[in-house]
Amino acid sequence: MMENIIAPWPWYVTGPIVGATMAILLLFGKSLGLSSNFRIICSACGAGKKNSFFNFDWKRESWNLVFAIGCIIGGFISYKYLGGDHLAGISDATANHLQSLGITSDNHYVLPSELFNASAIFSVKGLLMLTIGGFLIGFGSRYAGGCTSGHAISGLSNLQLPSLIAVIGYFIGGLIMTWLIIPFIL
Amino acid sequence: MKPKRVIIYLILGIFFGIALSKGEAISWFRIQEMFRFESFHMYGFIGSAVVVGAILVQVIKRFNIKDFDGNEIIIADKQKSIWRYLLGGIMFGLGWALVGGCTAPLFILMGYGEYSMVIVFAFALVGTFVYGLTKERLPH
Repeated sequence: MMENIIAPWPWYVTGPIVGATMAILLLFGKSLGLSSNFRIICSACGAGKKNSFFNFDWKRESWNLVFAIGCIIGGFISYKYLGGDHLAGISDATANHLQSLGITSDNHYVLPSELFNASAIFSVKGLLMLTIGGFLIGFGSRYAGGCTSGHAISGLSNLQLPSLIAVIGYFIGGLIMTWLIIPFIL
Repeated sequence: MKPKRVIIYLILGIFFGIALSKGEAISWFRIQEMFRFESFHMYGFIGSAVVVGAILVQVIKRFNIKDFDGNEIIIADKQKSIWRYLLGGIMFGLGWALVGGCTAPLFILMGYGEYSMVIVFAFALVGTFVYGLTKERLPH
């Protein structure tokens, strides 16, 4: 039993858990969407005084912060106790491609150490990557009115056309970054 | 928020965090693999989440199921527009592929003890704030 839990889980187990979590939240009158937390935190930090977009009753949305804290704890549990630090590994094609770009660290872990360890964080390139990436995620998700959980999971499950457009946008951006920019900057 | 509800949202968040970790959606490598179309894994993961989600949403709608407080479950329609979804989506996608994590993985990876994600998180707040400041001037 424990061996199965520690081993990587197939997508047809984890995907449905995500879909079901979204539906359970609906039964509590809430809709799944993690990026709303950025706006909530901005508002809680007093951004509402500067800009009306952040002037709303964020306390009513505080359930979402609790959910996000749950995600952090879930990450910790899975890393520490459920084998979340040893993944199934990626296809040879991708691994070979990344190796040709100089990413040689073990792909059974979640992040390549070349880009995310302490020395990368304190390098100019590494820091630019993290800050620009974070900025784009924060700006883009709010502009698009949701992130992967809000549009790809919640929105598509509700057969919303705007969510499909957003997901197409995610893919256009992701493909440009993966095929044109990452090979160039690594 | 009732204390009981706090615990429920916390547990649901923990479940969600574990599902995304064990589903490997938080892996930078998996995201590269997905955008290079070199494995079905992420498509199966997102696809099965949407199929199960869509079935459950249809069940809720067809049987007019109320939420636990007895209120109607209203899933608000998204604003009709193309530009905000397309342009915002492209920006988000660029960030997603660069950092290898969308929003939920950002939180989950902080639970992994990945301090680099604290920087990503801080700048995601900056990005959201700048969106608020410039929103009126952007096509929506």
